[in-house]
Amino acid sequence: MALPDAKIPDGPIERKWSYYQAHCKLVNAANRSRFQIAVIGTGLAGGGAAAALGELGYSVKAFSFHDSPRRAHSVAAQGGVNAAKNYQNDGDNVWRMFYDAVKGGDFRSREANVYRMAELSVDLIDTCVAQGVPFAREYGGVLANRSFGGVQVERTFYAQGQTGQQLLLGTIAALNRQIDAGRVEMFSRHELLDIVVVDGRAAGVVVRDMVTGEIEAHAAHAVVLATGGYAKIYYLSTLAMGSNATAIWKAHKRGALLANPSFVQVHPTSLPPLGVHQSKLTLMSESLRNDGRIWVPAQAGDPRHPNEIPESERDYYLERRYPAFGNLTPRDIASRAAKERIDAGHGVGPLANAVYLDFRDAIRNHGEDVIRSRYGNLFGMYQKITGLDAYREPMKIAPAAHFSMGGLWVDYELMSSITGLYALGECNFADHGANRLGANSLLQACIDGYFILPSTIGNYLATRLHEPLPDTDHPAFRDATQEAEESVNKLLAVGGSRCVDHFHRELGAILTDRCGISRSGAGLRSAIEDVRRLRREFQQDVKVPGGPREPNSELDKALRVQDYLELGELMCRDALERDESCGMHFREEHQTGDGEAVRNDQSFAHVAAWEHVEGGEAVRHQEQLAFEFVEIATRDYR
Amino acid sequence: MKITFRIWMQDGPNSAGEFVEHAPEGLAPDMSFLEALDHVNESRILSGQRAIEFDHDCREGICGTCGVVINGRAHGPLAATTTCQLHMRSFSDGDLVTVEPFRARAFPVIRDLKVDRSSLDRVARSGGYVSTNIRAAPEANSILVPRHAARAAFDAASCIGCGACVASCKNAAASLYTGAKLAHLSELPQGKIENTLRVVRMVEAMDREGFGSCTNTEACEAACPQEISAHLIARMNRQYNWARLKSLGRKLT
Ligand SMILES: Cc1cc2nc3c(=O)[nH]c(=O)nc-3n(C[C@H](O)[C@H](O)[C@H](O)COP(=O)(O)OP(=O)(O)OC[C@H]3O[C@@H](n4cnc5c(N)ncnc54)[C@H](O)[C@@H]3O)c2cc1C
Ligand code: FES
Repeated sequence: MALPDAKIPDGPIERKWSYYQAHCKLVNAANRSRFQIAVIGTGLAGGGAAAALGELGYSVKAFSFHDSPRRAHSVAAQGGVNAAKNYQNDGDNVWRMFYDAVKGGDFRSREANVYRMAELSVDLIDTCVAQGVPFAREYGGVLANRSFGGVQVERTFYAQGQTGQQLLLGTIAALNRQIDAGRVEMFSRHELLDIVVVDGRAAGVVVRDMVTGEIEAHAAHAVVLATGGYAKIYYLSTLAMGSNATAIWKAHKRGALLANPSFVQVHPTSLPPLGVHQSKLTLMSESLRNDGRIWVPAQAGDPRHPNEIPESERDYYLERRYPAFGNLTPRDIASRAAKERIDAGHGVGPLANAVYLDFRDAIRNHGEDVIRSRYGNLFGMYQKITGLDAYREPMKIAPAAHFSMGGLWVDYELMSSITGLYALGECNFADHGANRLGANSLLQACIDGYFILPSTIGNYLATRLHEPLPDTDHPAFRDATQEAEESVNKLLAVGGSRCVDHFHRELGAILTDRCGISRSGAGLRSAIEDVRRLRREFQQDVKVPGGPREPNSELDKALRVQDYLELGELMCRDALERDESCGMHFREEHQTGDGEAVRNDQSFAHVAAWEHVEGGEAVRHQEQLAFEFVEIATRDYR
Repeated sequence: MKITFRIWMQDGPNSAGEFVEHAPEGLAPDMSFLEALDHVNESRILSGQRAIEFDHDCREGICGTCGVVINGRAHGPLAATTTCQLHMRSFSDGDLVTVEPFRARAFPVIRDLKVDRSSLDRVARSGGYVSTNIRAAPEANSILVPRHAARAAFDAASCIGCGACVASCKNAAASLYTGAKLAHLSELPQGKIENTLRVVRMVEAMDREGFGSCTNTEACEAACPQEISAHLIARMNRQYNWARLKSLGRKLT
């Protein structure tokens, strides 16, 4: 298979999207209801797409494994959403926002996609406000902004610490309106198990009803995946318990290329695991770094309480190494620096797995009331989880897997390499390169669903006007349904001696250790062996209780972990083949004397797009990245 | 620490249920409540039993998926805390902890602690939105919203839709949930326009779904992890009565 064309329109970058829109084919309003579209996932990306398609008059079936679309993990985003509105008159514009994202992604993203994201950010805020999203406001009633994550302008819109939930409620309201109008049919508690491809085109999906266990086939003229991120593969992550890679992995196995799967962002300010029972990590908003100072004891293994360690024996390692940005260095750099100190034995807390984030000086300078007004809810959350009072002693924080920049390869139209199969939001690879800037992913999920897909899907469907809905009696549907059925039965039949979580934890530990914040050739090679071994053990020794035709959460988990065990290997291979450091992908072999990442633009200014080979090794394709509009530069935050 | 759990198990909506007891080894005060349930399940599975079903996802108090009744209280003993945010340090060594599903006529049990709350979604779908098409939006700052109104709208909109209000109400009413959605939209100029129709549709949907009627005990407010104020219920009732009065002899469209 050759890498498909990315279909980037000609012309100056600021005209590409309008040029595309002016020339793409349209489906006549009267014909739209004849098209059946299956949307998998109803977070910001999928919920937005389903609503927009419903408004246009298409017939939509929307699926989510959650009991309600409002629970998609978009709900957990705290910080905010970026838009180049320049309401603050601080010199922001679309170009600057575009440049920040390309640079933030360490020059591993597609210029045209990123520019479009910045361009459409402006309309997004208008749409959200019209839906009733209660963004923060100034006294005069206008929208408020703050700055976020390594940029010099204030372009982040927010709704206290709940931006994700409030944006999602706007999306779900729009979706509900279409459900109410009968244009979208919603299938909650339904998990996608396979994509059906007929004659090289997406023809439908196989899903499992998670209450009855029934496996169903649904035909569609086009299939849209918007299933979110897969960082839960690390087991301990800021993702939700149910977050999975099943949809993109099954699409991959049916022929969709998977791009840069090893590009996963590790967030520097999560809470550390408190013990072996830990199931999930809670993010502490990055905004805390505006006032908190990060340090570890200068003496490794110092047993003293942090408040008893004098100033001269504290190592404010970010301020030391990066005097220009200090505690506000970008995520990848802050995470790596923390890991370096923890690995060197300076980690704190009972498991020596954390660093301090200290508000002592901020409280001294601004008073406790000011700090409380800024971060009161976060300090409260910290107290709930750890039982500790961060006004009196430093917080303990640690890096945690957080966001997958990698995902299904898509072209400019967000179509994957399977014709008629689209990928939106975090499950595609499109906009963030090797490192995602804070507050850009809510943006990306929203614009993919609200604005981009509703245009681009018409360009495809317009050519399919006379095609009937694929028949679910087609052998491709029967085979896919049967395979899904068999994989369920096989898991239930193993009857081994270890629970699903056991395997997930071990997989997570392997990847965190060797395919996480820092990677090496030798480590990755051994990780591949270990993942393969673990996969074999899973097949022989997993214990999944219960039956196939009943609510069975253990079975749900097992199906997800089974796919994670395959994806994990590909992630390691991707990291191994990318023999450079870039963004969050840090190869120990490629660093300067003082530990800074060294990129190799000569050989690696490309997207790695992996093709599945049944029974063999995946094949790596390269999409060369052309930087026509920005000049490649070295990131330097020192 | 040593805790004895009494956990409700019920195969399906129409089966009889019963309590099962578990006193697992190896519980730690730093475990979250759901991690303790994971722990119970692990020992059940390894001894050949099926897992106890419960709903959960974000495990950080924002998605609204989790929720059980713990010792008679929806989401357990702590105020403003979801089940997933509760930690075992809130219990004492030797405690007996009873765990039941959110019970309500409108929340049929799926299995064990898992209930079907789709009735709440159907209430939201009955007009709980602003009728605007995506992109059919004026410049964002052309809609000015006083700061206090934005704040009030946010406070109401912070509802996570968990259903604890219903589970804690002796009549299993969904008035706090519905009142919150109505208040969120009616505080904002964008949402005011359709308020009359919305309030009628949502209140009637609540009745249709089998939620009970509110008798103002405010148990819901006490159980709400987002601390949504029961005042919003009075406001909903006022708006509903007014809307009904206005619409006498007239069809609301
Ligand atoms: C803790 C946290 C904080 C964050 N904070 C920010 C922030 O401040 N700003 C920012 O810009 N970004 C933030 N992000 C990132 C951002 O929230 C996500 O990238 C974005 O919301 C993803 O949206 P989505 O629609 O692609 O996926 P999701 O919202 O995750 O939705 C996925 C949907 O797919 C469904 N699904 C998944 N798998 C299946 C399957 N197999 N079958 C059926 N359905 C399935 C789910 O049910 C769900 O409906 C944060 C992320 C996390 C984890
Ligand atoms: S699991 Fe999301 S609120 Fe508890």
